Amino acid sequence: MLYLHSFEIMKILVPISNVPDTTSKISFTDNDTRFNGQGITWIVNPYDEWYALVRALELKESGKADKVTIIHVGLSDSEPTIRKGLALGADDAVRINAESSDSLYVAYQIADYAKNNSYELILTGKESIQYNGSAVGSMIAALLDYPFLSQASFLDLNGTTLTLHVETEGGIKVVEGQAPAVVSCAKGMAEQRIPNMRGIMAARTKPLQTLDPKPFRQNVKVRNFGLNPGRSECKLFTEDQLDKLVEALHKEAKVI
Amino acid sequence: MSGEILNDVSTGFDFHLTENQKMIADMIRKFGKEEILPHLMHWDEEQIFPVDLFRKMGELGLMGVLVPQEYGGAGLTYTEYVTVISEIGKMCGAIGLSVAAHNSLCTGHILQFGNEEQKRKYLPKLATGQWIGAWGLTEANTGSDAMRMKCVARKEGDYWIINGTKNWITHGISGDVVVVLVRTGELLDSHGITAFIVERGTPGFRAGKKENKLGMRASETAELIFENCKVHESQIIGQPGEGFIQAMKVLDGGRISIAALSLGIAKGALEASVKYAKERHQFGQPIANFQAIAFKLADMATEVEAAELLTFKAADLKNKEEKVTRHSAFAKYYASEVAVKVSTEAVQIFGGYGYTKDFPVEKYYRDSKLCTIGEGTSEIQKLVIARDILK
Ligand SMILES: Cc1cc2nc3c(=O)[nH]c(=O)nc-3n(C[C@H](O)[C@H](O)[C@H](O)COP(=O)(O)OP(=O)(O)OC[C@H]3O[C@@H](n4cnc5c(N)ncnc54)[C@H](O)[C@@H]3O)c2cc1C
Repeated sequence: MLYLHSFEIMKILVPISNVPDTTSKISFTDNDTRFNGQGITWIVNPYDEWYALVRALELKESGKADKVTIIHVGLSDSEPTIRKGLALGADDAVRINAESSDSLYVAYQIADYAKNNSYELILTGKESIQYNGSAVGSMIAALLDYPFLSQASFLDLNGTTLTLHVETEGGIKVVEGQAPAVVSCAKGMAEQRIPNMRGIMAARTKPLQTLDPKPFRQNVKVRNFGLNPGRSECKLFTEDQLDKLVEALHKEAKVI
Repeated sequence: MSGEILNDVSTGFDFHLTENQKMIADMIRKFGKEEILPHLMHWDEEQIFPVDLFRKMGELGLMGVLVPQEYGGAGLTYTEYVTVISEIGKMCGAIGLSVAAHNSLCTGHILQFGNEEQKRKYLPKLATGQWIGAWGLTEANTGSDAMRMKCVARKEGDYWIINGTKNWITHGISGDVVVVLVRTGELLDSHGITAFIVERGTPGFRAGKKENKLGMRASETAELIFENCKVHESQIIGQPGEGFIQAMKVLDGGRISIAALSLGIAKGALEASVKYAKERHQFGQPIANFQAIAFKLADMATEVEAAELLTFKAADLKNKEEKVTRHSAFAKYYASEVAVKVSTEAVQIFGGYGYTKDFPVEKYYRDSKLCTIGEGTSEIQKLVIARDILK
């Protein structure tokens, strides 16, 4: 049977964020208004990489999609991170040259690019591990008037029909939808991939386009950052101090 | 269009790792965490050579780092190669040694001196890890003095008949193909030695005893036995009589491998020591607070840094196709001695725990010692250096 769908080719856009490695020591500079990037290893946000990007690549490899593009809103110092995504196998990448911590601003830039370049499927990670906002994906969907399918742990594509699984407390929901759509990807969707040497070499010559941002208001900015107070000392009670233990749990730890 | 890579071409001194090196190091750490670290003590204890691991490393491109892409390799330079070997060596010296021997000795010999047909036939299999390579120069009675080798080949029509044994050969049992250096002329004639490519399964060629070693136990070391082994003349690399000169050139590059391996082992031992010194408390404080320990760490870190600079310098010269004999000997000699010293101090810093197999430093300590011996002992490196600076 000849399968006809409304798009000539299925292109997948994967927005990635550039985040500090999970083992990084977090500190701030400029009166706690900026993250201190000194000595930090930057990585592709794991949800974007392991789940969204790898699944997009799998869909392409199995012939269900034609092209996978990475998009990132950020300055040129994030290009090494973008190339990590290219090394894994994305076809090309776009960097919107702007610095922002305003989710709507970022979403606007991505939505604008997706619309002008007819991307019908946008796969995001379920959140980024530095701000954990989980906001950009749904905002892109709203701006494009696409459905937003949140936190999928499985995704398949047949023509333009999307089938996905969403894990719920103790169960699973199987959802069907139609592209164009935005899907946010959670654990389980794909296995982490390690780039090979060829991928790493190829990343150097794949197209990485830089575009100026489209004008858009920035309503939100971070005023300053702070660290959680460190964990306090461990308190030990002997067997005959049960009363004191209960009291401490109630009054100090406030857990009972 | 942006995205051009500025650190691509080295102009003068640049001590920064390239983006490629960082990505490769990251790839190896991720791979090793899953595939090497959980198993290395088991392989070490049982002297298991994990063939499957090498196939997987082949898929990643680690088995043909220097082999051009047209022959199935990664097509990278010595700079990335040093990163590959040292990152693997940091996790497990034995796996690092095997990857080094495969890449720079067997594969390297065919790559540098093989004809087009030989390259097309062997490099794609070797570079992808489908085949594991071995390289045989050393014999029981001729180590440093390889020129006196006894293994011989005589010509019979279009064939050569090889007789003799080779010892201490990495992948002597599991290697699918071996480049073997054999006497075809007069004793002590540097033009009397020829390199043959011999495939596993060739009648008259078999593996002998496997060595039971102090360290590098997951890297297989064994004897090769040739009894009237008949090999077609098309299996000769270059011309008859060119083998010894080729071997010396292969070893010039090979020394960078062992320097990189030494560097990896030393870095691994240093990192473990820094971490432990901050965690281990005695007399109510971390042992790192004692100057005796802190100064050891300072010495170790300084020496590791120097070893790294020597190694990358040799790699850089090799990339530029400059003569590298002296500098690869500098790097191999110094880095290997540093590996032994740093891992010895690491055991000292760990105290009794360092003497057990529950902590990583006893393995670094055992593995490191190979580095001052294999591919030319420290004494031989000094001979090479002295000869070069005195000439
Ligand atoms: C784990 C392992 C893997 C190996 N893999 C391979 C391989 O894949 N292929 C291969 O061909 N070989 C391999 N070898 C062999 C290795 O290259 C030799 O062991 C090495 O070259 C030293 O030779 P030898 O052991 O015969 O020592 P010898 O040459 O007997 O040396 C003994 C001692 O005498 C010293 N000495 C010798 N000559 C001189 C001199 N002129 N001046 C001063 N001191 C001198 C040496 O430095 C050393 O301290 C391997 C060895 C080991 C241990």
